[in-house]
Amino acid sequence: MAKDKIINVTLKVWRQKNAESKGHFETYDAKDVNVNMSFLEMLDVVNEDLILAGKSPIAFDHDCREGICGTCGAMVNGYAHGPDKAVTLCQVHMRSFKNGETIVIEPFRAKAFPVIKDLAVDRRSMDRIIAKGGYISVKTGNAPDAHATPVQKKASDLAMDAAACVGCGACVAACPNASASLFVGAKVSHMGLLPQGQPERKQRVQNMVWQMDSEGFGNCSNAYQCEAACPKEISVDNIARMNRDINRCGN
Amino acid sequence: MSLHSKEPSGPVNEKWESHKFDMKLVNPANKRKVDVIVVGTGLAGASAAASLAELGYNVKSFCIHESPRRAHSIAAQGGINAAKNYPNDGDSVHRLFYDTVKGGDFRARESNVHRLAENSVKIIDQCVAQGVPFAREYGGYLANRSFGGAQVSRTFYARGQTGQQLLIGAYGALMKEVDKGGVTLFTHREMLDIVVIDGKARGIVVRNLRTGKIESHSAHAVVLATGGYGNVFYLSTNAKACNVTAAWRAHKKGAYFANPCYTQIHPTCIPVKGDFQSKLTLMSESLRNDGRVWVPKKKGDKRRPSAIPEEDRDYYLERKYPSFGNLVPRDMASRNAKEQSDEGKGVTETGLAVYLDFKEAIERLGKDAIKARYGNLFDMYFQITDSDPYKEPMVIYPAVHYTMGGLWVDYNLMSNLPGLHVLGEANFSDHGSNRLGASALMQGLSDGYFVIPNTIGHYFAGTPGALDDVSTDHPEFKKTEDEALARINKLLAVNGTRTVDDFHRELGNLMWDKCGMARNKEGLEFALKRIPELRKEFWSNVKVAGDNEDYNQSLEKAGRVADFMEFAEVMVKDALEREESCGGHFREEHQTEEGEAKRDDENFSHVSAWEFTGVDSAPILHKEALEFVDVPPSERNYK
Ligand SMILES: Cc1cc2nc3c(=O)[nH]c(=O)nc-3n(C[C@H](O)[C@H](O)[C@H](O)COP(=O)(O)OP(=O)(O)OC[C@H]3O[C@@H](n4cnc5c(N)ncnc54)[C@H](O)[C@@H]3O)c2cc1C
Ligand code: FES
Repeated sequence: MAKDKIINVTLKVWRQKNAESKGHFETYDAKDVNVNMSFLEMLDVVNEDLILAGKSPIAFDHDCREGICGTCGAMVNGYAHGPDKAVTLCQVHMRSFKNGETIVIEPFRAKAFPVIKDLAVDRRSMDRIIAKGGYISVKTGNAPDAHATPVQKKASDLAMDAAACVGCGACVAACPNASASLFVGAKVSHMGLLPQGQPERKQRVQNMVWQMDSEGFGNCSNAYQCEAACPKEISVDNIARMNRDINRCGN
Repeated sequence: MSLHSKEPSGPVNEKWESHKFDMKLVNPANKRKVDVIVVGTGLAGASAAASLAELGYNVKSFCIHESPRRAHSIAAQGGINAAKNYPNDGDSVHRLFYDTVKGGDFRARESNVHRLAENSVKIIDQCVAQGVPFAREYGGYLANRSFGGAQVSRTFYARGQTGQQLLIGAYGALMKEVDKGGVTLFTHREMLDIVVIDGKARGIVVRNLRTGKIESHSAHAVVLATGGYGNVFYLSTNAKACNVTAAWRAHKKGAYFANPCYTQIHPTCIPVKGDFQSKLTLMSESLRNDGRVWVPKKKGDKRRPSAIPEEDRDYYLERKYPSFGNLVPRDMASRNAKEQSDEGKGVTETGLAVYLDFKEAIERLGKDAIKARYGNLFDMYFQITDSDPYKEPMVIYPAVHYTMGGLWVDYNLMSNLPGLHVLGEANFSDHGSNRLGASALMQGLSDGYFVIPNTIGHYFAGTPGALDDVSTDHPEFKKTEDEALARINKLLAVNGTRTVDDFHRELGNLMWDKCGMARNKEGLEFALKRIPELRKEFWSNVKVAGDNEDYNQSLEKAGRVADFMEFAEVMVKDALEREESCGGHFREEHQTEEGEAKRDDENFSHVSAWEFTGVDSAPILHKEALEFVDVPPSERNYK
């Protein structure tokens, strides 16, 4: 096999015991890193060494490791999910970094995302927003035949684009105001673009936006950092759709 | 204890309807006083919790994730089957039933499978009503594609993320009930044990993963929907947190474990690239619709794929199975890839890979059409491998993917432990010894939306004492909490020299070598000897970081690996005991001259359900005989 490229990097990692304690950076050397490793596999190796040395491993959340569960995420060199475009952190590979580089790793920061430990943050505020209306209220067993309501392909495709959101919170972390507008806009659009979503359209947007505000997320000031950070390339058009729906409610 | 499937009598296509009428009901006003614990918020758990709450039950929903939406179901890519027959290509409930029984190599219960096929139709209706954005055609109607093991197009899909879209639907339904107060949500909780009082499941003990606090929760019934155990192999396509813990602890409290040796190896995954590998990535089976699988005809042909002319390629699936071609069921596609590699025709430097080639499809349909179908999968492949599948064929190899075995359940999805119900991948019920693609999502949602809401009431109304008051004040809760905590402290106290992952990797390698794609007596006996040794070493030499009162991921893993170390043994034992080949269980001693799996219906047409007797003591085997009335067993022929 053509020998895999090996690099050495220095990590500056945010360490914080829990939400109450103050955090700080610690520095670790990651040596002999195979560039075909994923970023999280590199952290695994660092953690194995920390554990054997009797130290506390870096807490970071992850699960599917293939970019769909929305569990992973951190700021890497100032970018949510790292430097690559349109991927989650678990999909970033070490080939995106240079030999000798220093990599700064911090948690997603937002008032509505308290730190659990190190890089792991609590994003349940997003669940509470969904609970306020991010669904169509149909009870099990009530549904008509799936072909009873045809849906224009274009509307359905746009709804799918919006529904692709994995709820990782990168949009919030990237936003200068820590706004969740892209997250909420995506859900409002997903439902609002479909005929099934019409009956609850007004109350959905009102209730979700109200919950977003009360969770301490900021307002959207059109910086569009959210779209740039989104691993699923969710468009800011969804924010515009949300705003249109709010205006229609006639506050 | 006798194993009674409680299948209703009568013709297979009438069983479920008549059973629904015959089952006892709980009066709507009384449901509010009944507590149900649902562990797991994947497709099975979320759909069950939401539907039970809609009926009026008081539901407590638990998951290990920070949010219910992160359950492993989210990773499903390819699609979900349903016998809608929208394409008018001859599909029907009966055909889906038939394909599933046959695909499972005649090791599933006919009545369960038929019910699944019936419910499949309603699942699509339900999901569309929830706003699941399934792919549509220009006319605005739903699109379908085909999957392995079927000759009709019955798979519904939402780009390459069907699982996420279905889960968002079920999660939405769950959150709706959370908002209404019908469901209380307990996230970041790991179930460590089940509490059995007077022979009935009456609650669970969990660890709060944030704080380490051990908590008790009581209920009138417990529903487990905690997923499969594929991570016993360490490397698999499962998410990292997938575990056997909940099922295993229930097993230790008396629930039988059925067919643990039935594991599915998925044929199209990205091959292992190094020792640091932490998991394997699936490339959806839907790719086999347009991709052609091949290897070089000559052993050790190291030319680049594009430099190998047509006449030097062997499209071995098309050659050996002309009528199904690249769409043979998973077990066959996997075994054939292994066979080619074993013969020295595997590609890449490791020789453990075959090609999946889209060149012909791109020429035929155009790059845009392929992109529309598989764009995100191609991107994912590129991101991981740094190779462009639009230009070079993908390299793929089989990997552990799904587990057909699970806790034994009767027709009502109740285990032999009264009050304990098991849904989704965690039970053993519908797929026999091999699951067809796009059928797990269907089963999870059938169990959760349509089966358990009917059958749980029958348990409550038909079982003396089921609705007696329960409370965590009962001494059994305290006792169970103490045991759970003692085990945690024991793990933390070892303070050895090897990490949890290191042990897990070793166990995984052993299982892959000896109890993986092909098994034989010698290898299984070796594993049976080695597992207890490894387990002993684990308990005397593992190093777990930190302490209990913390967000401690090292400790979480340790508990799960400790359970895999026990579970692995019954899995191997089951594989050893099953002296036949069927579906995903391939015993090298039992094959036809052409190397296909050879069943032994006379001696093994049964479910093997194991009873726990102690960690270092042999489990007891119970058998549930299987009867095939509507789909008479035949040799599975995909030629
Ligand atoms: C990569 C991949 C792709 C797939 N694609 C398809 C496909 O296209 N079509 C198809 O039909 N099937 C597919 N499958 C299979 C299918 O996704 C799963 O079988 C199915 O989603 C399992 O659902 P479930 O609800 O049973 O369990 P899961 O979704 O695994 O959910 C388990 C739940 O239990 C919780 N849990 C687990 N242990 C504990 C514990 N100890 N305490 C508390 N909570 C716990 C978890 O938090 C989670 O909420 C795929 C599988 C994989 C790995
Ligand atoms: S771990 Fe699932 S998206 Fe990264």
